[in-house]
Amino acid sequence: MSHYSALSILRNGLSGNKEWSRAWRDPAPKPSYDVVIVGGGGHGLATAYYLAKEHGIRNVAVLEKGWLGGGNTGRNTTIVRSTYMMPGNTQFYERSLQLWENLSQELNYNVMMSQRGYYYVFHSPGQGEALRRRANVMRSNGIDAEFFDRVEIMKRLPHLDYSATARFPIHGAFLQGRAGTARHDAVAWGFARGANQQGVDIIQQCEVVGYIWDKDKIIGVETTRGPIRANKVALAVAGHTSHLASKAGLRLPIETHVLQAFVTEPVKPLVDHVIVYGGAHFYISQSDKGGLVLGGDLDGFNSYAQRGGLPVVEHTLQSAIALMPSLSRLRLLRHWAGAMDMTMDGSPIIAKMPIEGLWLNGGWCYGGFKATPASGYCFAWTIAKGEPHPDNAKFTLDRFERGYQIDESGSGPYPKAH
Amino acid sequence: MLRIHCPVCGLRDETEFTYGEDATIRRPDMNETDPKIWHDYVFIRENPRGPHKEYWHHVVGCRQWIVVERDTLTHEMFGSVLAREAAV
Repeated sequence: MSHYSALSILRNGLSGNKEWSRAWRDPAPKPSYDVVIVGGGGHGLATAYYLAKEHGIRNVAVLEKGWLGGGNTGRNTTIVRSTYMMPGNTQFYERSLQLWENLSQELNYNVMMSQRGYYYVFHSPGQGEALRRRANVMRSNGIDAEFFDRVEIMKRLPHLDYSATARFPIHGAFLQGRAGTARHDAVAWGFARGANQQGVDIIQQCEVVGYIWDKDKIIGVETTRGPIRANKVALAVAGHTSHLASKAGLRLPIETHVLQAFVTEPVKPLVDHVIVYGGAHFYISQSDKGGLVLGGDLDGFNSYAQRGGLPVVEHTLQSAIALMPSLSRLRLLRHWAGAMDMTMDGSPIIAKMPIEGLWLNGGWCYGGFKATPASGYCFAWTIAKGEPHPDNAKFTLDRFERGYQIDESGSGPYPKAH
Repeated sequence: MLRIHCPVCGLRDETEFTYGEDATIRRPDMNETDPKIWHDYVFIRENPRGPHKEYWHHVVGCRQWIVVERDTLTHEMFGSVLAREAAV
């Protein structure tokens, strides 16, 4: 568990890289903990890290049914941004971006945060006005947002289709310069290592199959490696939140949908930023290995399958070519899918549940990866203090019955539409 | 690609259909005044990992709404009926 530095690389290089120590221990579960976090993805591991670091709660276990970061942490398109305009979301995602900016130093682990800028291309005056409003809300909250007309965008993003036959004409683009991408696996591993250094037990291959009850209070979890008692049980299992909540008799405003992502064969530097196509739901960036990372729309029906269908493959690739015709002869290297917690308003839930002893972090829709550090920070705060941090105070479960939905896209209670 | 059995047209591609939603949801009586019941109707879903009854609209076929039972983990289909004939 050594400190990583240029010196440690040199020293380990000289000894043939055979003496690197494990990044985290592999302990057997203890009979009881102060807090048990279910889900060893970025959110669960970040929660454990901040519980230990910010609140001194170190008698914590993170239980993961598979391997760390094997769910949506390892399946997203790695985009990090804070371009939200609804009260609640705006401040939360900006806190997250600020944590991202210092995360590699914080964790002593290179999460390869690359603030390469996030362009959202628009195709009509109306779409431009809506984006300008978003930019104004962001600026009034002290968040960077810029606007460019077509002439400037032709210089900045020369590979897009500006021809007279373009499917949707490009009128201009919105830019958040501080946004970018990060290495998704490294985020899980960095938080895991940081949490482990402070005494957190990270237990893989340990699936939660039920809860231990004391009358109507949850006092632990039943797992495939035996019962584990805990003062507080915290779920961070987005994609399967309904599944685990239903074992506690909790019904939620969530549907699980499948979202696909794609990577092409590697090419030389071509796409210098994250670019979002306003004509369809499509986004593209280039990984450090050179592969173009593409993402699109949900498949559109309830699914836990973690694999997608061909109609959305076709739709996504059509969008890619409509935006950047030069991609037409590239070959796809891989494509995969993740199960998304799609909430009824498109915003997450980080809150204490109505069942005593149970806390929930879920409902991340498309937005989970960029939220990872702030999600962990706010969830840890909520668990430790028993009340929400100001930045997640609006992410309650009862907002739906109280009429305080945070519907960023204005789509109404249709999970597949967010 | 899902292949969905339409009771009128037979086995057809998913792309001919539009997805509706959970077909077990029932609108409360319009005289219902309990907000909790309306809240559950609008927002709460069982979201099962397994068999799921759901509406599909055969929008570029016979334009009938059908109820399909499908496993959300494996996509196995267990049958479909016209929505108007589905047991309430």
